[in-house]
Amino acid sequence: MEGRYRMETQRLSVYYGKHPGVRGVSLPVHDRKITALIGPSGCGKTTFLRALNRMHDLNPIVRVEGRVLLDGEDIYAPEVDPVVVRRRVGMVFQRPTPFPTMSIFENVVAGLRLVGVRDRKRLMEAAERALRMAALWDEVKDRLHQPAVGLSGGQQQRLSIARALAVEPEVLLMDEPTSALDPISTQAIEDLLATLKDEVTIVIVTHNMQQAARVSDYTAFFLDGELVEFDRTEKIFTNPKDPRTEAYITGRFG
Amino acid sequence: MPGWLYQRLGDRLFSALVVGLALGVVLAALAIVWVLYQGGREALHTFGFLGFLTGSRWDAVRGEFGAWPPLLGTLVTSAAALFLAFFPALSAALFVVEFAPRALKGAVAYLIDLLAALPSVVYGLWGIFVLVPLVRERVELPLFTWAAAHAPGLLAFLGPPTGIGMLSAILVLALMIVPYASALARDALALVPQSQREAMYALGATRWEVIRRVVIPYARAGIFSGVVLALARALGETMAVTMLIGNSVNLPYTLFGPAATMASLIANEFTEAEDDLHLSALIAVGFVLLLIALATNLVAAWVLRRMSLGEGRK
Amino acid sequence: MNLRRRYLRDRVMQGLVYLGTLAVLLPLFFILYYVFVQGIGALDLAFFTRPPAPPGEGGGGMLPAIVGSLVVDLIALALAAVFGVAAGVLLAEYPDHPLNPFLRLVSDVMAGLPAILMGLVAFVLVVKPMGHFSGFSGAVALALIMVPIITRATEGVLKLIPWEITEAGLALGLPRWRVILSLVLPAARGGILTGLMLALARGAGEAAPLLFTAFGNPFLTLNPLEPMDTLPLKLYVYAISPYEDWHRQAWGAALLLAAAIMVANYLARRATRS
Repeated sequence: MEGRYRMETQRLSVYYGKHPGVRGVSLPVHDRKITALIGPSGCGKTTFLRALNRMHDLNPIVRVEGRVLLDGEDIYAPEVDPVVVRRRVGMVFQRPTPFPTMSIFENVVAGLRLVGVRDRKRLMEAAERALRMAALWDEVKDRLHQPAVGLSGGQQQRLSIARALAVEPEVLLMDEPTSALDPISTQAIEDLLATLKDEVTIVIVTHNMQQAARVSDYTAFFLDGELVEFDRTEKIFTNPKDPRTEAYITGRFG
Repeated sequence: MPGWLYQRLGDRLFSALVVGLALGVVLAALAIVWVLYQGGREALHTFGFLGFLTGSRWDAVRGEFGAWPPLLGTLVTSAAALFLAFFPALSAALFVVEFAPRALKGAVAYLIDLLAALPSVVYGLWGIFVLVPLVRERVELPLFTWAAAHAPGLLAFLGPPTGIGMLSAILVLALMIVPYASALARDALALVPQSQREAMYALGATRWEVIRRVVIPYARAGIFSGVVLALARALGETMAVTMLIGNSVNLPYTLFGPAATMASLIANEFTEAEDDLHLSALIAVGFVLLLIALATNLVAAWVLRRMSLGEGRK
Repeated sequence: MNLRRRYLRDRVMQGLVYLGTLAVLLPLFFILYYVFVQGIGALDLAFFTRPPAPPGEGGGGMLPAIVGSLVVDLIALALAAVFGVAAGVLLAEYPDHPLNPFLRLVSDVMAGLPAILMGLVAFVLVVKPMGHFSGFSGAVALALIMVPIITRATEGVLKLIPWEITEAGLALGLPRWRVILSLVLPAARGGILTGLMLALARGAGEAAPLLFTAFGNPFLTLNPLEPMDTLPLKLYVYAISPYEDWHRQAWGAALLLAAAIMVANYLARRATRS
């Protein structure tokens, strides 16, 4: 891997039909650090995030321009397989989405089953490892084969995280993962992020500035589809360079 | 009229009217069950309910009425038609919901709904003049001549290759329930939230894997209940089946040869029935058909309630 | 990695889905093509204006059946609309009424019952007491089929009317019944009419329940107390007959029915789209 960047975008633009949701953003994602994307609603941070694992491929009206490098290689190059990209770059969504017809165990190993892992022992080991990383193991270890929908909201979200982690991605994208959760579950997830980053590079979109300040190493401020400022988190929050950043941080709009 | 009277009286009258009419609907439904039972009672008492159901001879001349042949005919044709219809119906539903480009989605769905709305007599007409000759020339005659030469034991099972008979009836029945089953499956698939699909894609899945592992399981209650409802539809189909099945009441049935279903029997014999016992027997057949249709519909509703994930229809 | 195999499976299954879809659509085109080609020649002036001629003669038409269809179907629709709309109103506007669970169950189940059974019921309830077949008994049978369709459509569209409209009416001091009659139902008019149209299209295509109720009549009559012919009935009788000329007319009837139903469906789709 060249440089310190696990991922990097180069003049990335995303168009919904004619309308640009993201304009020419060049952003580095440091290896095994947490990068937070903040900005008011509609600023393009989620659109940007979804470009990082080619989720926009699913939407025929969306057009992506520019480059997104993963370990130095453009994931949008014609010979690159999006299915492979998504294994290396995982995603956790705003609302927990357990697969309702599957048990907790089946949910966690869903990604592993895709690549054909069938050995029971391997699956169990992977499930335990992922659930421990998601700080959920102790709560579910005795009911792994019960339906996943029986878990609480916070547990379901940690299950989604475990499910994403089970395939051992290099990068984990998180789209406002705690916005639908209560404060206690939010805290639990923020705590586990700190331990997670030793193993996985994390990019997290959040509308909660305090969360970004607590959790991340780097922060990027988006406004109207553009990257306004990117820097270490302490710098952004204590001494922002751009007046718009400062205005957002101090709550003058948002 | 003082204001409160206008209000109160009006409300009372209106709701009484609405409730009365709605009650009429419920009573009409109960009347269906009652009338069919009463009409069929004479025959059911004469032969006993079980005796009627298992009696294998239907002979109007001798006054012997056993409903097993048409019952068997109904069950066999419906099951076979459903078997044939299932995969095309599910495929078409999957196409509309998961594969079709935006422009085609509406058009294909419209065409399928159109197929579902075509009257049974139109299918029957087409069946007589197009399907039957086709089946006779392309399927039955070749198979029959092959069997005559190589497997004469099979001939008894195949029966006379005239085109009119059970096979054609099964084919046209399958044709008729495909669009209905497909529309129901389509509704079930469309209810699957996009977030479920996205979560699976995000794990690195191909489109088919998303469909097979997430979409279909999520929609299975609706799909299954749709299948059961399609079966209910097939059980009661009358005109096209009557026009193609050859209407021979008595066993044994063969694949190519004429047969009868409960609905086709009623359609054929009712206006010709002379004595009360015959009429009663026919209504009793209707009663049996009613029971089966009721049971099937109730199973479908129960399945939907039991297996549904969150959003029930209605 | 077995990525290649996964993609192969993806392609194969996609192919199967496309094939299955084709298997559904091809017969449709096949049928519509035949109905059109065979039927268009039969839809001449005689078809619409003359009564049937005896089998050998030719030159006959389906006037009694066309008129009969209109009479029987419209009477059925009127009957069904009164009960069906009321039932829909009860389900949607008075959701807590104790009758509702029964009504809903009954409506759903009725929708799935074989049409011929309704004919049997109408035979016993109307034909037998009257002593003869009649268009009216046919209308009763068809009404039994139409009611669940209308109930479902009415309930569906009424539930979509925003509560604000009812609230506004009540706030103006109008009694509940006025609000429903003068505000909510008119707002739902389009959906209800669509439901009526779909029910009519369904009833217009039915033959089985009419076999021993309306029965058929070679002579033109407007009196629903007499036996009447309808297009589907005539189609059936002609189709199974041995006469070429009658077969030709059967295709014409099929085209007429198919066209009417296509139009009704298209209009219904347009209505629900907007």
